[in-house]
Amino acid sequence: MALPIYATPLERIWYYAYRVICALIFLFLIAPILIVIPLSFNAEPYFTFTQKMLSLDPMGYSLRWYDTLLTFGMQAPDVPRDASWWRDAWTNARWVGVAKNSVIVGVFSTIIATVLGTLSALGLSRPEMPFRRTIMAILISPMIVPIIITATGLFFFYSSIQIREWGVPYLGVVLAHATLGIPFVIITVTATLVGFDHSLTRAAASLGANPRTVFRKVILPLILPGMISGALFAFVTSFDEVVVVMFIAGPDEQTIPRQMWNGIRESISPAILAVATILVVISVLLLAAVELLRRRSERLRGL
Amino acid sequence: MEGRPLKQALARAQSRAKRRALLLVVPLLLFIVVTFVAPIGQMLLRSVHNDAFARNMPNVGAWFAENDGAPTEDAFAALVADLRLARENRTAGEVGTRINYELGGTRSLFTSGARGADDLEPPFATSLVEDDAKWADPQLWQVMRTASSAYTASFYLAALDLTRDGDGNIVRVPEGRAVYLALFAKTFALSALITAICLLLGYPVAHLLATLPLAKSNLLMILVLLPFWTSLLVRTTSWMVLLQEQGVINNTLVATGITDTRLPMIYNQTGTVIAMVHILLPFMILPLYSVMRPIRPHYVRAARSLGATSWTAFRRVYLPQTVPGIGAGALLVFILAVGYYITPALVGGASGQLISNLIAYHMQDSLNWSMAAALAAILLAAVLLLYWLYDRLIGIDNMKLG
Repeated sequence: MALPIYATPLERIWYYAYRVICALIFLFLIAPILIVIPLSFNAEPYFTFTQKMLSLDPMGYSLRWYDTLLTFGMQAPDVPRDASWWRDAWTNARWVGVAKNSVIVGVFSTIIATVLGTLSALGLSRPEMPFRRTIMAILISPMIVPIIITATGLFFFYSSIQIREWGVPYLGVVLAHATLGIPFVIITVTATLVGFDHSLTRAAASLGANPRTVFRKVILPLILPGMISGALFAFVTSFDEVVVVMFIAGPDEQTIPRQMWNGIRESISPAILAVATILVVISVLLLAAVELLRRRSERLRGL
Repeated sequence: MEGRPLKQALARAQSRAKRRALLLVVPLLLFIVVTFVAPIGQMLLRSVHNDAFARNMPNVGAWFAENDGAPTEDAFAALVADLRLARENRTAGEVGTRINYELGGTRSLFTSGARGADDLEPPFATSLVEDDAKWADPQLWQVMRTASSAYTASFYLAALDLTRDGDGNIVRVPEGRAVYLALFAKTFALSALITAICLLLGYPVAHLLATLPLAKSNLLMILVLLPFWTSLLVRTTSWMVLLQEQGVINNTLVATGITDTRLPMIYNQTGTVIAMVHILLPFMILPLYSVMRPIRPHYVRAARSLGATSWTAFRRVYLPQTVPGIGAGALLVFILAVGYYITPALVGGASGQLISNLIAYHMQDSLNWSMAAALAAILLAAVLLLYWLYDRLIGIDNMKLG
């Protein structure tokens, strides 16, 4: 949308004003996310830039909040940092523990969501699927229903069947997070199947491939990018979910968001900003992965 | 296989294909029904079903079933019998809590009534009232009558700021105790405001992204997608850091001399609106972008060449073509905003709370679960209505992520 030569002066002004407005909106979108990164290196327990930080004095910056993340909850944080110190950190540090829990819950719920979601997306995109619209609406609804309603419903349901007594830790949370992640898998996998040419599978079949080979060699490569980005969406959903965890997890079942929530509610310390920075870095990596997958998928489908 | 008519063979093949498609979906459908639909249905049942009174007070319940009108000596005798029973089973607190939901200050009436029930002498109609005059209150008897049936609409009445008076008529609750309707109204008004701001901010950005060359717009798109992928708690935390009294924005404003007093931008409605706009903005930009991208620039150029000013060309040619995107984005943002919980809970303070926060309060603090369920049912009905509208207008299968 280059500026045409016949533009009036007013239009010229508007052209540049429009760019400035857009730049400001982009700033509004991105600045709050980036601002936590320098602040997490604050040497003082404040949430604002100190004089030393502004003058780029190295004394104003420190890794103390990252250190807190590692040492908080350790049995002997002050001994020299040798192998046994790291072992102590790995087993006892509070934030390391909750990170492990989050990863475990995220991985298992992602596996359930991806397998079930992909299967049903394959079914839903077949032209002969009956009640397509209704079924799709039901399967996407976990994304739409307010999280507090889901959490309330699951709280009653899981306490009535006493799921915590079944001896499988995090079972309730994993199932709930799988439910919340499924809409994302369905949406992304269905998107890769839009315009899917069914003569491809027929051609493969007519050339003698059995259904399993057709799936492995023809369908899977096409939907794989969608599957992976759906899985990443599902993982992020679980990794970031706090309300359901608060309602249905046991008091000792802590995850990163729950620990963050407690930290924010009680006394917010810059250690939270250190966690936030790590999470921002993770989301940058995930975003890059999804972008690469999307491009690959478009190339594969010849879009 | 020989000799079968083609029509029949086709029908058979088709129904087999249908079955196979359905078979792929069934596992997930079962999963969602068991882990999502059924629990929510069960929860909604709670909004009309509460047997704390009916289960523990059988005698007075039987009297209510047989008699209408004002309580007689028989009714008081049944009540005292039930209070003695409640003392024996230690259920007076549970019963009192149930009545207390609808008539404030009655929980202690039941607990102390149950404590003293053994010492009461007939006629109970006088001795019980002598013990505490509240037992003669016609409204109390009205509430007990409703509570004596396990199924009740009173939680829905309460959720709409209605109550029953002594004669059983439905009336508005007194001005000072009406909270729910106002909160529903506030939730919808704030959601509409947030949607409007998102549209105002999202439209120019989506337009810019849609008109730039693909290489550039993909790069700028990262700025929209990164917030989308970043943890909600992280974004809320950032806003807490930015908007605090001693935060970055206030410090900058004071240091540059724009204001002398630090602005209260967080722990109130302003904080909720700012943070929620930031969180929901990508949900506005993405659908707008996907509608704007395929719009060809020729139409606007043709309008200009026919003498339209750039404003007219935008208003009469470009804008109408983007209406589907506006509808999709606005509905999606509104649906998500109405049910929002986390951000108002963290940055909303007292004035920035929405209906979800009240549901959480009834779940976790006041423990009035039936009330929470009734509020949740009303919220859910509103959301599902909007969802249905979204499906009718835009179609769920057109939802895109990134």
